[in-house]
Amino acid sequence: MSAVPLTSVSVEPTDSATAPRAPKSGRQPRFGAEPSPTARRIILIIVVGVFIVPLAAMFEFTLRVTGKSTLDFSHYVSIAHPDAATGVDYSPLFQGIANSLTITVLTVAIVLLILLPTMLLVELRYPRMRRLLEFVCILPITIPSIVLVVGFVPVYQTVAAIFGSSPWTLAFAVGIIVLPYAYRPIATNISAFDLVTLSEAARSLGGNWLTVIWRIILPNMRRGIVSAIFLTVAVVLGEYTIASFLSQNTFQTALLLISQTDPYVSTIFALAALIFAFILLVVIGRLGNRSPGAATARRERRAARSAAGSASPTPLTPLTPGETA
Amino acid sequence: MTVTSPAPTLARLGEGAVVELDRVVKEYAGSRALNELSLTIRPGEFIALLGPSGCGKTTALRSLAGLEQIDGGSIRIDGKDVASTPVNKRDIGMVFQQYSLFPHLTVRQNVEFGLEMRRVAGPERRARALEALEMVSLDHLADRYAHQLSGGQQQRVALARALVTRPRVLLLDEPLSALDAKVRVSLREEIRRIQTELGITTLFVTHDQEEALAVADRVAVMRAGEIEQIGSPEELYLTPATPFVADFVGVSNRMLGVKEAGTVIVRGIHLSALDPTAPDGPVLAYVRPEDVELEAASSGAASALSSGGVHGSVVSTSFLGSLRRTSVRLDDDTIVVVQHDVSVVHRPGDSVRLTLRGRPVSVAPAP
Repeated sequence: MSAVPLTSVSVEPTDSATAPRAPKSGRQPRFGAEPSPTARRIILIIVVGVFIVPLAAMFEFTLRVTGKSTLDFSHYVSIAHPDAATGVDYSPLFQGIANSLTITVLTVAIVLLILLPTMLLVELRYPRMRRLLEFVCILPITIPSIVLVVGFVPVYQTVAAIFGSSPWTLAFAVGIIVLPYAYRPIATNISAFDLVTLSEAARSLGGNWLTVIWRIILPNMRRGIVSAIFLTVAVVLGEYTIASFLSQNTFQTALLLISQTDPYVSTIFALAALIFAFILLVVIGRLGNRSPGAATARRERRAARSAAGSASPTPLTPLTPGETA
Repeated sequence: MTVTSPAPTLARLGEGAVVELDRVVKEYAGSRALNELSLTIRPGEFIALLGPSGCGKTTALRSLAGLEQIDGGSIRIDGKDVASTPVNKRDIGMVFQQYSLFPHLTVRQNVEFGLEMRRVAGPERRARALEALEMVSLDHLADRYAHQLSGGQQQRVALARALVTRPRVLLLDEPLSALDAKVRVSLREEIRRIQTELGITTLFVTHDQEEALAVADRVAVMRAGEIEQIGSPEELYLTPATPFVADFVGVSNRMLGVKEAGTVIVRGIHLSALDPTAPDGPVLAYVRPEDVELEAASSGAASALSSGGVHGSVVSTSFLGSLRRTSVRLDDDTIVVVQHDVSVVHRPGDSVRLTLRGRPVSVAPAP
């Protein structure tokens, strides 16, 4: 075996006042199987095609007129002005959309007000329960919806006795279905930063628990929370089995009902739902990718603007020992 | 590194707080992490808690900070019992072992956080944050985020953040352990300088004896939830109260001997015992490497014995910059480490003669 020549290695000062440096030359080394710009464009075109072609086909279908070869927007018009002669009633569909949106809001609330605080509590105070919580949250993904529904039926007899049989009560069942999808992004986010040390540091600096959670923990969990919300919305809007078996009118059940009498209108709404989900994905993705400190910077800019016209700055007076919030 | 004077608003105003831990008990699942620990820190004093992993030093610090609820005893700051005071009301500055800067805030916003919690007005807050950053020579990085700083810079910002509110006590939980050796030395000197200038009572937890001895006014060596010995670095090193301290602080050779009436006889050499009350009989004597002299054995065993020395052969030698350590194997396979001048070089296998300087030694009953 030939000897490996020793090469001198320059060690950069670790405490230098500079940030990680950008490469000096324009050409960066490439690692692994990173695709070239051309390959990336081709992949993008294929992926966009996969999404666009069925959507375009759906759109084209909604423009067709039965028995004619022309395309028009008559089916769109008929949604706003139903033809009384045909006897088609779209009100269950609108009611289903309203119910689904209500269930979505309630399910997101369950995720944000029950699951998220529970995960934070377990992480901060009861870390030994982390595995148990993970097991409980992941469990619903392993159980088929139909099996869950069979279990829900007797439970919902009690739920109906307490809250009535309004469609919004479906949020309790859907809240269980979404647990795995909401849990995973939040858990991944939590493991990405030292939640315990940051909260201890904030508390040692005088922050109470509410401040610590609002000012320190939540801003660092934005990406995980936003992902959890998106997945929750997606799951709720796509949920059919539970609503159907518990005889509730939601967007999905109404869509199926309408499709049996008017496939054009049901396709219009299916298309609208897909576009809505896409827009939601973009909006939530943008919220999740905002630069660190953006909210604080905005708050400071507002404070600076309001302070610009106010009185002169406060003189530098040291705090008295023991001064606290 | 630029040395900066403390900022005017951080300048020494008082003499620091008195911190008293009185018979503090902390248990985890039935096992005692702190076993009636008592410690008094004088105003403005810099105390290092030193000990092996699991000895309870971090638990003691976290109990003082309020991050752990104690199960017994009392903790007083300036005479006031704070055992039931929540951490955010204790007015304590803390620097953590892990990097603890808030990643979504800039350096300046991080430092301002404590002042914001104390409802200090915006302009004053900003001015004081910049002063604190000036103190650690990082005011020029005020608009950076934590991920844009090196480890040493992050810990200096954490120090500025802990001090900007002028807390009564500063707690340092192994703040240097994640840094490389060179940065560690420069930052520990900076911490000491700032602490001296501000006169803030400081508790510094470390498992690095060199670090503790270098910066602290007094060092408390902990073992199994109790303080084994507390004293100045010199006291700990030169007159260790127990074999554990002798063994843990610095390097010691454990040599078999016999204790008789206050004297320890090691290999025919009479040494005085640090603890004359220790029971007579076979003992292990703890001899510092610098208390052993080494020279080439030129004239054989008979000559060595007649001059009071012990024969051995060199096992290894290490160059440590300003000094050299040589390990010598004696005839009974005991390894003795000798610290000597760097210019004296012995090669493995060389026959050497060891003699002991007459410094008092710590002893423990022989196994």
